[in-house]
Formats: sequence, structure tokens, C-alpha cells
Amino acid sequence: MQPFTTVTGIAAPLLWANVDTDMIIPVQRLVGTGRDGLGPHGFERFRYLPDGGDNPDFPLNRAPFKGAPILLADENFGCGSSREGAVWTLMGMGLRCVIAPSFGDIFHNNCFQNGLLPVRLPIEVIRRMAEAMEESPGNARVTVDLDRQVVVTPWGEAVPFAVDARKREALLSGLDEVAQTLQRADAIAAWQARDRAARAWAWDPVG
Amino acid sequence: MARTLFDKIWDAHVVADLGEGWALLHVDRVLLHDLSGARALQEVAERGHRLARPELVFATPDHAVSTAPGRTSETFAGGARSLANLRKRARETGIRLYDLGQPGNGIVHVMAPELAIVLPGLTLVCGDSHTCTNGGVGALAFGIGASELAHVLATQTLAQRRPRNMRIRFEGALPPGVTAKDMILHAIGRYGTAAGTGYAVEYAGSAVRALPLEARLTLCNLSIEMGAKMGMVAPDATTFDYLACREFAPKGSAWDAALADWQALPSDAEAHFDRDHRIEAADIAPQVTWGTSPEQVLPVTAAIPQPRSAGDRAALDYMGLEAGRPIAGTKVDWVFIGSCTNSRLSDLRDAAAVLRGRRVAQGVTAWVVPGSETVKREAEAEGLHRQFLAAGFEWREPGCALCVAANEESVPSGARCVSTSNRNFVGRQGTGARTHLASPAMAAAAALAGAIADVRGMA
Repeated sequence: MQPFTTVTGIAAPLLWANVDTDMIIPVQRLVGTGRDGLGPHGFERFRYLPDGGDNPDFPLNRAPFKGAPILLADENFGCGSSREGAVWTLMGMGLRCVIAPSFGDIFHNNCFQNGLLPVRLPIEVIRRMAEAMEESPGNARVTVDLDRQVVVTPWGEAVPFAVDARKREALLSGLDEVAQTLQRADAIAAWQARDRAARAWAWDPVG
Repeated sequence: MARTLFDKIWDAHVVADLGEGWALLHVDRVLLHDLSGARALQEVAERGHRLARPELVFATPDHAVSTAPGRTSETFAGGARSLANLRKRARETGIRLYDLGQPGNGIVHVMAPELAIVLPGLTLVCGDSHTCTNGGVGALAFGIGASELAHVLATQTLAQRRPRNMRIRFEGALPPGVTAKDMILHAIGRYGTAAGTGYAVEYAGSAVRALPLEARLTLCNLSIEMGAKMGMVAPDATTFDYLACREFAPKGSAWDAALADWQALPSDAEAHFDRDHRIEAADIAPQVTWGTSPEQVLPVTAAIPQPRSAGDRAALDYMGLEAGRPIAGTKVDWVFIGSCTNSRLSDLRDAAAVLRGRRVAQGVTAWVVPGSETVKREAEAEGLHRQFLAAGFEWREPGCALCVAANEESVPSGARCVSTSNRNFVGRQGTGARTHLASPAMAAAAALAGAIADVRGMA
């Protein structure tokens, strides 16, 4: 996993509620492909015109928001399908952080698995940052500092955010969670032995 | 201390407490499909890990396979490679694979209860958000991403943060023509598409206890459409009758031991729910969605609402609808009966019962996609396929099909589809496709009328 410490850059506003992972990447793009090369298909149903050109009404197509490392989003971002390709797509578009009032649960977990930082902030703060970005395009910057757990707004205010200590540590160090869990192999084997004795019915039919 | 059904299963599966509400949970069963499953197996192999417990892993192709009559694994060329990969990895790792045309094959959340791979009190995961469907038998089942899935395959465990408890009680008797699909759409309309985020939801109350097992699966299926990764119904005699004698159900003395454990699972009378809702079953009418989020739903007797936000306006525009007009009577081009929500034998019976010798309206393309090979064979043994074919429906092979369009079976741009699936998202059934979610009976009624129609008036 790609570690995350701090990111400073343009924050692109996409203030739509309930952006689902089908909107981020249609499933057809995930059939028979890997993690790479998905960026150009991100939001493709909104981002491109029927002739393949950029849709000027799509917020992320406007200068200077194209290729921004931070996304300013609305309620329930990443709801719907569990497809991790949604996270790979956003990262393929150059994003490292999504700031939203709330996230779909599965998407939220998938972000941490890949080094895309989801930050929860109140919608009022997000709207104000979006306005600041629009008012001063090209000049305004946002900093997301995971170490200090603050978002530094375009007007210089350091707004704290909450993040689980486990997830924070894992992101800062780029931890391999499987390797970490395998260190508990003895505890897992002991649990399974106990459970097999107590709940033989759960094991025997499939053993 | 009094505990909920969710608490009991969670607590019994904690291998290690990771602090701050996180736990390393044991995972009792893993389901794989041809997209996320094949990829996770590949990732485990590429990272040099072995499968921790291949005997607990079950695979079935469903997403990227054609559902055309007479299909083979090559009919949809785009998915053939994923399926070939799944087959190869299944052979290498020794996991069970239910391949196309075999009993047991089907939509992953249809075949798992059907084979009793999922049982009350078990934990189960799959790289698919509708894994919550399996909670209908009283299991803790939830969808995860590909990386989490690889973690489960390599360790048989998963680190998760404990969700809070929510209960939705449906009390009283359901009116005629109202189904589990209408119950859950009604709840999503009332509480919103993010109401369940961070919660495990238990569905309870007399109307839920009265539901057959397959209807409970439908109810739990849309939990994720309310934001909840986990939805569940306490196991009872209905559950036990359904599971008894199925392929992977415990047998003999193991069944007796299981039953004793299962009977202790229901929430204690004094158990605490962080949110507790009550819905009167009598208040629910057949539902149909009007927008591009499952929360944009109304009774079929209602008028399309006035937009309250930019999102509502965008939804009306995408759907080609006008606020203030009755939703009933809206012309329909396609009807889809299928998906992990509503493709089981009882769903097909419900839909067929509405047809009664009548024909699909001119210009409507209507599909029935049975949820599994077993559902298909049982339906054919009852003659349901002949009723659908005589009415003008296509009778197809099992798979996800038009629910997600991963196999490029899709609704054309601009066409309007009444669908028994679970997502009416923009482009979900195909670029530009307009989806109205409804029950199988309502879908059948729409096919006959060529328009959104109240099934209660189709007698």
C-alpha cells in the first residue's frame, strides 16, 4: 500500500450527494482488467460528451481542478457496490484524499487498503472550502496532514479531523495488513480449535 | 448483559480485540464470484500467500457470464478470461466451484442459502455489497472489497470496526399485493439511503416473523441500499425448516447441536438498540422508485414528488419524468425479473401468478433470469417457464444479468425498465437506462400494462 503522510494541493469540488461507486467506475470497465489504467474512465458517464470530448459542465473538467489531489465531496460518498475499482479509479485520476461529511462503509474501508485517505468534515466546512477554491482558482491550496490530523483550509485554518488510530498508523507506514495478521497465526489456530470443539456443526458439513 | 442477535454473533467471533472498537473477526464462510473472487485469489497467489482454509471457500460465476438461452462460458467473451482464471485458481487451491450448468451454480447470494453454505450464527463475507442478503437466515454476512477479501482468504480473519445496532420492527399484517420488497423500499424511502451507515440492522416484528425465508433474504438484500453493510433476521422455525436437509446443513446429531445453538441467537428481550424504528405493515403499499437513488421511492398510487434539491432535479431529468404526475401509467419499455433480490422460486411464482394467460404489452421487452440453476430447474418442473414464455417473456439462464450489466446485457439508453433488482443508479442497467425498482408482481403487472401499474388492480 502507498503510504500517506501529507498532501498539499488543489481541492476539486464535486458537491453531489450519494455519489455511488457505479458513477465513479462502471462495472464493465472492471471486467478482465487490473488496478491500472482506470483513471481515464473515472466518472466517464458524466465527464465526457457523447462524441468523447470533455463535458464542460463536469466540475473536475474545469481548470484548475483536473488532476487535483484532493476531492471535496458531499454526503454518503462511495455508497453502493463494494467494487474496490472505485478507489483504484480515483487514485488513477491523481486523487490521494477525499473529504466528505460521510462515506459508504465498504468504500471507506477500501480507501484505507490502498492509501487513499477519506476525511470526514462537516458539510459547512467543505462548502466553504469549495467556495474558496472557486473564488481563487489556481491559487488556493488545501493541506491534508494525517500526522497532525488536520486539514489546513485555503484561509489558513487548521481544522482537526478524527481517524482511527489503527488506520492512521497503517497509512503513515504503508503497512501490509495480511503480514501483520499472520503474526497472530497461533491465536487464530487456537480460536479455530476451540470453536471446532464447541461448534462442530459449523465445521463438519464443509470440512 | 442483554445482547442483540448481532452482538451474540460478533462476540462469538472475536479472535483478538484490536482496541477502539476494532476486532479481528473469524470468518466462517467465504463466497467468491467471477469478478472480485477471481481477482482476490490472484492477489493472494501473487503475494505469495496460501489460502488459510480452502474448505470454507465457495465460488460461483454469476456477474460476467451471458444469460442467453444456451449460453456457454464463451458467449460473453469479455468475461471468459475472468471465468477461466476462477476455474484455474479453484483447481489450484482446492476450493469448491459451482460452474455454469451445474446444480449449485447461480447468483452467489441465491446459491449460498440454497446450499446452506450460510447458516444461522455464522460469519460470512463476499466481495459483493449484497452479501447482506445472507443475513436473512440469521448469519452475520457482509460485503467487502478485493483487498479485504484477499486478507480473509490468506488469514480466515478480518479486522472490522464494530457497528452499532439498529432494529426496524414491521408490525401487523401486510396488505394483499405487498411484499418484502415493498417493505424494505418503504423503509429506505422513510429513513434514507445513508440511515444504516455504521449500523448492523435487525429486521423484526410480527410482519417479519410471518415472512417465508426467501422473502427475508429479499428484505436483507437491500440493507446496503440503506447504507448498512449487515442486515439480519433472527432464526426461527421458518429458518430451520428451510435449511433442514440442504446440502451443507448439519445432519443427525450435529443438526440437534446446531439447533440448540441457533435457538439461543435471537436478541434478548432487554437488548439495547442504538436506533429502534417501528413501521406499521398496514401502511405499506406496493412501492416503485422514481429517481436514481433507492430512497427516491413512492407508493404506486402516488404522484411524482416536487424536487427538493438539485439532486432531485437531476434525477427527474435523467429519468425523463415530470413532477406532479401520477407514477402509475408511465410507459415502460423493458421489464427485468431477476437479481439477488428477487430471482428465487417464490419470486417467479409471484410474477407468474399475475400473468394468468395474458400477454406482455406490445413493444415491451421482458426477461426472467432465474437466480440459480436449481431455481431454473424447479421452476421448469412446475411449468413456470411455459407461463412466462406464453406471455412473451424471455426465459434465460442464471446470472446477475440486467441488474449490473457487467456481462454487457443492458437496457438501451433512454429506455425505461421496471426491475426487481436493487439499484436504480444512473447507468446501472446500461448507459442512459432508466430504472424503476419494484417487486416481481409489480414487474409482471408493468409488463402486461406496458406501463407502471398497481398490481392490485390487475386481477
